Amino acid sequence: MTDNNTGGDVRLTGISKAYGSFTAVHPLDLTVPQGSFFALLGASGCGKTTTLRMIAGLEDPSTGTIFLGDKDVTDLPPYKRPVNTVFQSYALFPHMDISENIAFGLRRRGIKSVKKQVDDMLELVQLGDKAHHKPHQLSGGQQQRVAVARALINHPQVLLLDEPLGALDLKLRRQMQLELKRIQTEVGITFVHVTHDQEEAMTMADQVAVMNGGRVEQLGAPADLYENPQTTFVANFLGTSNLIEAEVLETGSSGGDVLVTAGGGKLRVPGARCTSAVRQGGKVLVGVRPEKISLAHADDAGSIADGRNRVTGRIADSSFIGVSTQYVVNSPAGAELQVYEQNIERDTRLVPGAEVVLHWNPAHTFGLDAAQDIDAGVETVEDAG
Amino acid sequence: MRWIRRNLVVIAGLLTLAYMILPNIVVMVFSFNKPNGRFNYSWQRFSLDAWKDPCGVADMCESLSLSLQLAAWATVGALVLGTMIAFALVRYRFRARGAINSLIFLPMAMPEVVMAASLLTLFLNMGIELGFWTVLIAHIMFCLSFVVTAVKARVMSMDPRLEEAARDLYAGPVQTFLRVTLPIAAPGIAAGALLAFALSFDDFIITNFNAGSTVTFPMFVWGSAQRGTPVQINVIGTAMFVLAVLMVVAGQIITNRRKKTATA
Repeated sequence: MTDNNTGGDVRLTGISKAYGSFTAVHPLDLTVPQGSFFALLGASGCGKTTTLRMIAGLEDPSTGTIFLGDKDVTDLPPYKRPVNTVFQSYALFPHMDISENIAFGLRRRGIKSVKKQVDDMLELVQLGDKAHHKPHQLSGGQQQRVAVARALINHPQVLLLDEPLGALDLKLRRQMQLELKRIQTEVGITFVHVTHDQEEAMTMADQVAVMNGGRVEQLGAPADLYENPQTTFVANFLGTSNLIEAEVLETGSSGGDVLVTAGGGKLRVPGARCTSAVRQGGKVLVGVRPEKISLAHADDAGSIADGRNRVTGRIADSSFIGVSTQYVVNSPAGAELQVYEQNIERDTRLVPGAEVVLHWNPAHTFGLDAAQDIDAGVETVEDAG
Repeated sequence: MRWIRRNLVVIAGLLTLAYMILPNIVVMVFSFNKPNGRFNYSWQRFSLDAWKDPCGVADMCESLSLSLQLAAWATVGALVLGTMIAFALVRYRFRARGAINSLIFLPMAMPEVVMAASLLTLFLNMGIELGFWTVLIAHIMFCLSFVVTAVKARVMSMDPRLEEAARDLYAGPVQTFLRVTLPIAAPGIAAGALLAFALSFDDFIITNFNAGSTVTFPMFVWGSAQRGTPVQINVIGTAMFVLAVLMVVAGQIITNRRKKTATA
């Protein structure tokens, strides 16, 4: 570990990886600040694991350099890098007991008295009573904690986690997310976490890099990514977005609202929240998150405050899920718009078939470049979960 | 009738076991025989003579020692080569990998006597003097396929991430191999070693063709069978059998104990 607070960043410059004619990772620049919990988020095959393995040294980059702090580690073999990995399958050594697994890294570096450190580490992951068990005698969650302990005991500059919670069931996964976050706060080591689970990335990470097709689509804090997606992929992959194809009527003054039309209605988009330059008569994708939208029955349309964006439609489907009710609304502006309503005062008229008005604060609207796939990043049935 | 029906599997099992063990029992019993004349084929009376003097037959213990040495070296040779071949076949993609994968089984499939004759032709044409070395070369060759098969099965079930994890945890290539790869592959290598040792020690046909004037234990037994069978042959046979059984039992006890301490 370095004492210098800025000297421990992980910096990737122009890093890429090609296998024959297939490019797994396009040249990318990425800086992971020291001490942060950084997530690489993307669907399978997006290059996130390859990127992680290049940082670990298990994969040689085709181009580019990797810096740990001021040190160029690009050509160092994995056993000479101050970086440790928690593998997806945990990769615990089956022929060693838990304490020997944890002591492995220390012993390889010639440290003789490992007992104290191993005990401390077992304490940290709350497995003190399992020291002399073999890995196969532990549950998935316990094995996962051993894998973390085995890596952390070496005080790496960076801890790499490759889908470490992928093999656990949902409840355990939630528990381990908090556990990992607690450990990270406690030890203060930089964590780089690879995951395909957007909720996991948002719960745990300070910074998230969303990857798609071997490229970083967008990088930022979870809330920033969620509120201000720059591409349709990010808008759809992180949570759910309603994207409506619209035509620009008035570009408005600088910083002012842009007026667009979709399905006969007019909508306002803050000019500052449009990712691409808008011009009159041009196309734009208007986006709004389902929970930002309020739903009113068509009979109450008159009571909706002025200045809100409105879309009329008909409820196609509704599902009650306790804290909220999720509606699917078909409208001339777009099919299958999603609306999440808090269950505070339930309007019994809002049932499938009812004519409704969707309305929301224009400030919650964002505009995306229309020249991209509107369904990019939408989770399909095959790769769900 | 119902009792028979209910215990049919047990009865069949016991009968099969008896079928397999009976020849060994006969060998054992006749090692305590005191035959009239030179052939140990009919029971006369109990005696410990042969057990008291196991090397009392001329040249027998020399041939036994030669066979043990041959088996040991053939095992070592086949293990080193076979383990490397197995790892190469499982871990790496290279040209002719598929072909080698099937060719490796050829010595198993080929009739032994054909292979023995071909080897002899080869050695004679190359002008190599027949003896210990030609036999050793032949033994390593046919043991190899068995070792490769045994080790390959093990390596295939090994997670390559384990070695990556070792490298990630500061183990260089040599340490990774010694601390992780080898211990995990060990059961496969041990199985290959046992097979190789038994096959080499046992082999008669290939050895007989390529041994020249050297005499291994199986050759000695064959040779003496023409003129009379000394009881000492049964003594050696019994000793080997008991030794093998003891090794298996010891292995079982060790694994059971390990399991018990691990769960305690």
